[in-house]
Amino acid sequence: MSAIDQSPSDRRAVRAAARRRRERRGFLIAAGSSVVVIGGLALLILTSPGWPDVRETFFSWEAFRTSFPDVLRGFWLDVKLFLIVEAIVLVLGLAIALGRTTRSPALFPVRLLLSVYTDVMRGVPTILLVYLIGFGIPALALDGLPSDPVVLGGAALALAYSAYVAEVYRAGLESVHPSQRAAALAVGLNRVQSLRFVILPQAVRRVVPPLLNDFISLQKDVALISVLGPLEAFRVAQIEASSNFNYTPLIAAAMLYICVTVPLARFVDRMQARRRKAQSAEAVTA
Amino acid sequence: MSRPVIEVRGVTKAYGELPVLRGIDLEVREHEAVALIGASGSGKSTLLRCIDLLDEIDDGDVLVDGEVITDPAVQPHGVRKRLGMVFQAFNLFPHLTVLDNVTLAPRRAHGVPKAEAETRARELLARFGLAGREEAYPDRLSGGQQQRVAIVRALAPSPRALLLDEVTSALDPELVGEVLEAVRELKAEGITMLITTHEMGFAREVADEVCFLHEGLIVERGDPERIFTEPEHPETRRFLRRLLEAKRI
Repeated sequence: MSAIDQSPSDRRAVRAAARRRRERRGFLIAAGSSVVVIGGLALLILTSPGWPDVRETFFSWEAFRTSFPDVLRGFWLDVKLFLIVEAIVLVLGLAIALGRTTRSPALFPVRLLLSVYTDVMRGVPTILLVYLIGFGIPALALDGLPSDPVVLGGAALALAYSAYVAEVYRAGLESVHPSQRAAALAVGLNRVQSLRFVILPQAVRRVVPPLLNDFISLQKDVALISVLGPLEAFRVAQIEASSNFNYTPLIAAAMLYICVTVPLARFVDRMQARRRKAQSAEAVTA
Repeated sequence: MSRPVIEVRGVTKAYGELPVLRGIDLEVREHEAVALIGASGSGKSTLLRCIDLLDEIDDGDVLVDGEVITDPAVQPHGVRKRLGMVFQAFNLFPHLTVLDNVTLAPRRAHGVPKAEAETRARELLARFGLAGREEAYPDRLSGGQQQRVAIVRALAPSPRALLLDEVTSALDPELVGEVLEAVRELKAEGITMLITTHEMGFAREVADEVCFLHEGLIVERGDPERIFTEPEHPETRRFLRRLLEAKRI
């Protein structure tokens, strides 16, 4: 009887209190389990028999301090190379994707070559490609070809990544509904104009998050050119590590990569979330 | 009698083994509205797509202002510049604002300067009740508004004729009226139109001639009043009776 007499606002208060209790309990459980798991792992590592040695060889503040400026200088080469290669990859990848999606019969050999290209470049491990181009091109001893390992390493990365990025672009181009092409043609645009003003802008918008994902991997993979000798962050760290029998410089290099890739990754997450929200808005109004 | 803007002569078209158009003859004269009616799958939409060269015909000819446009030597985009098409699903460009949707073709295909194209677009948008929506993106508009933008987009380059393909079929019932009103406005302005529609009352009201398509053939054509009150062909009668039973007339 008393339950029925309760006014709606009382019930509302009861429900809100129950919800708050549930939330508090959830929070406490999450906090507790975090402490147990993370604390357990820390304990496992810190009490391991080799920990004192590991701490000395991997986490030496002294070694970090002395090696960091050199590693940072090396990392600057990584960043420059990343930016240049990325710009090339964006253009080359788009060109390859467009080449593969044309239907003109005259371009059949181009399509064939491009599909072989993407298969090969994606099929070969990137480090192997860096080796082959970095050591193979100078071995040809041809005039006019670059012999700078940074240029050759960058070229190898550009070849590998343009194949990946081309596939991303191609997926984007194919995701635009055929009715958009029909509408573009129907208003009187020719094929090239339809592609440029209608299909491509929509395709590129859709593939920005996956493209950024590929940027993140490229930002790490620039370290692969170290096999050719240039003094980039990983290479510098390696040299310092082997000359002092202390691996702390490698940790320093890892931190620098993380400083760039993690913000990039969060940025991608944000973009994807925004895209999802925009799409659901579209679905609601459609 | 004015000469026909659109002329269809003995057009056939098959998708693989399936014949869709089996010899269509049709004329749409200047300032005239011709309505194509018939069941889904009777070939109405295919015929419109073939006239706009979005689909290729197998046999016969289509002429616009006396020129054979289905000749393989004819540049398709040159033909499409002279015709406007409005699709069932609007097909607006989602990445462009309403204004850019309307000005894209005049600017890029017809070389109209930006300012001039925008002035005309604003005028047309206002006339179709879309003033104030110029900067909106299509997904922010109702279906009825989107379809009116699509009509303005087709109209902006001043085409010789408009092809309207089931322009109300994708709309919620309460939005059909505003789009039909827009088509009435086109008719009042004397725009030459070829319309496919399921709205029989509307076809009867706005069309100068109604053609009934059945399995890829025009089996009956004539004055709308007569077609709807005294249909002669048994298939026309059956089609109209079914619509009556479904309370669609």
